[in-house]
Amino acid sequence: MVAWWRGVARRHETVPSWQADPRRLNTDFFNYSAIAEATARLWTNRGATFFLVARQLPRLQALADDLNVRGATASSCFVMDACDRTAHAEMLKCALEKLGAIDIALIAHGVLPEQKACAESVELTLEAIDQNGLSVIALATRLANILEKQAHGSLAVISSVAGDRGRQSNYVYGSAKAMVSVFLQGLRARLHKKGVQVLTIKPGFVDTPMTASFKKSALWAQPEAIASGIVDALEQERDEVYLPSFWRLIMCVIRHIPERIFKRLSL
Amino acid sequence: MSRRAWGRLPPPSAVAPFASKEQNLIDRHAELPKTEGSLLAYGNGRSYGDVCLNHQGTLLLTRPLQRFIAFDRAHGVLRCEAGVLLADVLALCVPQGWFLPVTPGTRFVTLGGALANDVHGKNHPSAGTFGRHVRCFELLRSDGSRRVCSPTTHSEWFAASIGGLGLTGLITWLEIQLKPIDSPCLRLSNTRFQGLDEFFALNEAQTQNASTTAEHTVAWIDCLATTPRGIFMTAEHVANTVATAAKLRSPKTTSSLALPELPFAPINRYSLKLLNAAYYHRPLPAQAVVHYLPFFYPLDRLREWNRLYGRAGFYQYQCVLPWPARAALAELLQQIARSAQGSFLAVLKAFGALPSPGLLSFPMPGVTLALDFPNRGAPSLALFERLDAIVSAAGGRVYAAKDARMSGAFFRRSYPEFERFSAYVDPKFSSDFWRRIGA
Repeated sequence: MVAWWRGVARRHETVPSWQADPRRLNTDFFNYSAIAEATARLWTNRGATFFLVARQLPRLQALADDLNVRGATASSCFVMDACDRTAHAEMLKCALEKLGAIDIALIAHGVLPEQKACAESVELTLEAIDQNGLSVIALATRLANILEKQAHGSLAVISSVAGDRGRQSNYVYGSAKAMVSVFLQGLRARLHKKGVQVLTIKPGFVDTPMTASFKKSALWAQPEAIASGIVDALEQERDEVYLPSFWRLIMCVIRHIPERIFKRLSL
Repeated sequence: MSRRAWGRLPPPSAVAPFASKEQNLIDRHAELPKTEGSLLAYGNGRSYGDVCLNHQGTLLLTRPLQRFIAFDRAHGVLRCEAGVLLADVLALCVPQGWFLPVTPGTRFVTLGGALANDVHGKNHPSAGTFGRHVRCFELLRSDGSRRVCSPTTHSEWFAASIGGLGLTGLITWLEIQLKPIDSPCLRLSNTRFQGLDEFFALNEAQTQNASTTAEHTVAWIDCLATTPRGIFMTAEHVANTVATAAKLRSPKTTSSLALPELPFAPINRYSLKLLNAAYYHRPLPAQAVVHYLPFFYPLDRLREWNRLYGRAGFYQYQCVLPWPARAALAELLQQIARSAQGSFLAVLKAFGALPSPGLLSFPMPGVTLALDFPNRGAPSLALFERLDAIVSAAGGRVYAAKDARMSGAFFRRSYPEFERFSAYVDPKFSSDFWRRIGA
């Protein structure tokens, strides 16, 4: 089979296994992870084995069928709500049974809450923190222990540029993502010694179902571009990656604006 | 700015005040969105005129429906969602020895779009239209009903939806029969011709003599020359040994070259005359083994090539003239040469006798002529009216997938199954084209 995709070097001789966790579904902000789906597709030509986790079986099955046709060896599905922390242990047990070992785990779920509504409601705020922060940390904690025991593998987590600085328009989502980013920094330092890679992925604006209602400008990227950035970053054993890469510069500027000025801006 | 079709024509004044809403379709199992106004599926936006636009309503963007469902590698049967591109199918299937049974001149169309326009290729005489190779598909109607249509079950819905311009409902997935190939390569032969008689003689030789019959035939013509001249090309898939002997490297599958937005149109009557003459006289191997990409998809190498025509956009005029087409074709070419509006991208092809499965399918036995015209406003439209009159008198018709201006009366007259088709249109679906032709 010909390698059609650029950037996929055949460095690892082992077959990568995947645990993609497509995003939670919500009624308004409909959050199927287009990024996880596009990323998984890039790996199919290496005969990867996938273990896919999401809330809705029909869509998960549709993705598994797609990956199998594209060359995945065998894709299995597990239905779980990432916020249901009691289900995590069983899911991971099942994943290990199916895969033997986990080479790459990608956590890609999240919900973009409406900031105004959150400001009015403690429940909504905490729910958003749970969906975007706590559930990710719970999963990452268990996955980290598995990878540490294996002494190989990569944990890739989709955080966000929104976690780099709290902005009035989006600070609930931003603070959950900031928690994820900092958590991963510590985890990386711990797992590095065991040969485990921890990759923090910070996408900017991505044209996905989660952001369907936004007006798109030149800053917006397609999920396929983000996916190929993720694959490259894993190959290059990066620690943290801004996607597309110009966001590193933008966020550098935003982080360095003094707070007394920043608080006056309507960002 | 509202969404435009491939021709990038400015919206006509009747629809300009409206902007269509858009909604991504992500899950083929989901119901149709509840919206006010009409719906229309929008794939990759490669139809030229307004069959893919719906200014007063909502466009259902089908590109996220891009999952393969099943692939029977032994028999070449592929089932996938309607937003999958032909390019994706080729990338998957060619390395495994399968090829599209019928392909249009770009691989950046969705399968749903290929079905809804019942597209044709350079192998029409032997393979017919794309719809002939569709085994079945699912049609989702606005009343929530789902039908799996095939030539034997729900055959009336099958016939209405193939070439049905997306008006019978939403195609969620489809299953096609692929064609086996030994290699991704073709044996190509080129012959220059002077005058239409030579073209018809070459065509005749193709169809008469079984030993020399190539599967794919197409002619490029220089419509600005005083006597029509061109290059007649034939091609057929070759065995792997030939391909290996030719030491072909597969070209890059995605082009990095995209045409930027231009402040002027580089195509004008002077540059065209030069271009056409240079293209006609370029060194041309009589025979060669080539990769399938440059043969089938020469324009895919330059992304956004439609910007060549500048901000005003362009029309494509494609018509079919039933046999004997000789006199009408000469008349058409004469009109075009006299108007000095024709373009570089002019194509002449013969259609065979295989019936098309769709009620509104375009092909009929005869000759089809396709060419681009920069949008010059009234003079362009006046020229098309003259061309329509010739086509109409010859009993031919114009291809809806390319059209942005034909009259409703002409469309209804030249597509005799129009009345029968109308009964299958989903009450919630419509398009700019459909309203324009006054259905």
